Amino acid sequence: MSNFSELMDRSRATRARARKTVNAVMLGLTGVLTLLALVPLFWIIGYVVIRGGKAITPGFFLNMPTPMGVAGGGVRSAIEGTLVVTLLAAIFAIPPGVLAAFYAARYPNTPLGIALRFSTDVLAGIPSIVVGLFVYIVIVIPTKHYSALAGGAALAMLMLPTIIRTTEEMLKLVPHTLREASLGLGAPEWKTSLSVVFPAAVNGILTGFLLALARAAGETAPLLMTALGNERFDIGQIVTGGIQGHQSVFTIIGRIINQPVDSLPLALWKYAQQPYPERVELAWAVALVLMLFVLIVNVTARVWIQVRTRKMKG
Amino acid sequence: MQNRKTISPNSLRGRLLRPLHHGDRPWQGLLIVISALVIVLMLAIGGLLWTQSAGARTAFGWTFLTPTATPTWDPVNDHFQAWPFLYGTLLTSLFAILFALPVGIGIAIFLAELCPGWLRTPLTWLVELLAAIPSVVYGLWGIFVFLPEVVAPIGAFLGNTLGQIPVLGTLFAGPIPASGSSRLAASLVLTIMIIPTIAAVTRDVFLAIPNSQREAAKALGATEWETIWQVLIPYGKSGILGAVILGLGRALGETMAVTMVIGNSIQGGISLLQPGYSMASIIANEFAEAVSQLHTSAMIEIGLVLFVITLLLNILARYLVWQVARQTPQEARS
Repeated sequence: MSNFSELMDRSRATRARARKTVNAVMLGLTGVLTLLALVPLFWIIGYVVIRGGKAITPGFFLNMPTPMGVAGGGVRSAIEGTLVVTLLAAIFAIPPGVLAAFYAARYPNTPLGIALRFSTDVLAGIPSIVVGLFVYIVIVIPTKHYSALAGGAALAMLMLPTIIRTTEEMLKLVPHTLREASLGLGAPEWKTSLSVVFPAAVNGILTGFLLALARAAGETAPLLMTALGNERFDIGQIVTGGIQGHQSVFTIIGRIINQPVDSLPLALWKYAQQPYPERVELAWAVALVLMLFVLIVNVTARVWIQVRTRKMKG
Repeated sequence: MQNRKTISPNSLRGRLLRPLHHGDRPWQGLLIVISALVIVLMLAIGGLLWTQSAGARTAFGWTFLTPTATPTWDPVNDHFQAWPFLYGTLLTSLFAILFALPVGIGIAIFLAELCPGWLRTPLTWLVELLAAIPSVVYGLWGIFVFLPEVVAPIGAFLGNTLGQIPVLGTLFAGPIPASGSSRLAASLVLTIMIIPTIAAVTRDVFLAIPNSQREAAKALGATEWETIWQVLIPYGKSGILGAVILGLGRALGETMAVTMVIGNSIQGGISLLQPGYSMASIIANEFAEAVSQLHTSAMIEIGLVLFVITLLLNILARYLVWQVARQTPQEARS
């Protein structure tokens, strides 16, 4: 009998040891997996910085693209195009996004509110290339040409769900007492929303805009069938030409947004697939610019949120 | 609405403004119109993709989407079948989920349960930065660095081992192209791209599990790992499934990185190690240069299929969330 209990004890001890080993191995593995996932991050950042850094010169920012096989080209048209397209996207997406967020935050449980949140989720999940097809059908087919306008609309549709969601979250964080105090003082609902609730949440909302813009600026797929790409896009030329021709400001703006434009991600995609080494070098430089922009915006936005929440808590 | 007395109700101004409730009616009207527009936008995407794909739908019917051993995609003779693209998208996305799920759960466990406090925020940020890098940058790095240095050796290894097994071998039939461009390359790049999504959602799931679950498991003598594996993961399995759905949605629609590494060929058979094509990448490559109405229409139908798949995934995710909210005891919800 004592022999048996000894045996039991021993097997229990072995089992305990086995369980402890499994525990240590698996917990260690989770740490290893975390490190493993970060390897590509540092690999990409490091490689892009080294390869792209070599190709970055003042000419890279200032020169127009040169014909294939000719060295010394820059990506000014792509930089200008990116600015135009993202600016248009912000103009199209921010006002309706904020208003829809007001509705979603104020009336979350009405049928319209539920439908709105569902649509926002669906819009956020739609592949960006499908958004490109939609804008192609809605804008490019009727106007019969590719344009910066269509590109901006496509990026706006990608930004819209992000803007609605983050703004809604931020509006919900504003204490109810603030809204009630304003209403109690006799301010109408709209005035309470715009001049009390909105300013209280404005920091978080702006951060949301920034993050949405950074994502949109890196998008390529929907621009393929909307903005198309245009290596000769040159705002300076359009503006000076317009002034010399005594055109109105609206005509000039119209000419800028009504023609196909290049953008940095589009240029990167094209250059990466061309057999000319100087174009590939340009692609790496574009990658560096894009990546730095996105990373800097992301890190600043996060630090900002962190600081704000700490301030609000403390 | 509580402020009708600020302007005398009998003055002319008061009487004119009354139906407006001091601007509240127009304000509410504006909010309702804009919100309705967002919903209309969502519906319009489905509706317009449906009507604009009519050409391809009537010309090819279901044969457009059904499996076929000898697919044709022939813009010159206007004959299109989308099976190779569907297959490429599904295969690469499923393998990406298969690779990313264990890594994502591992990261989530580490971040939510084990990581010391000072390391948690920076590590979370770094993982999320992976999701912020534009997909063309992934593609560029993929073509010049990741494919030749990582994918090609892994592919050669898989072809020599799994590729030799009788039935399963057809899925891993080599040899992988020297450049590395293949469905495997697309799967691995997608894996890297969806890890942050899966890790972030799963981490939130773990953080939402009430502490009483952990305390109960440990009081019964469970080790840390047993607590995680036998208590926390079963408890959060719906949420983890939600993470998988989100990751899958991202993988299915990812365009640029996949287009740059998958090899863009419809001749690749069924093997993971061969070049393939995906639904998003055929649209990216050919849409702007479509040669005929039917060609455009066929690609719009591919877009429609992508839209429907992501819509269904979204409804499924909503349903899961609703189920969890209904079944979770009150204590966990706070």
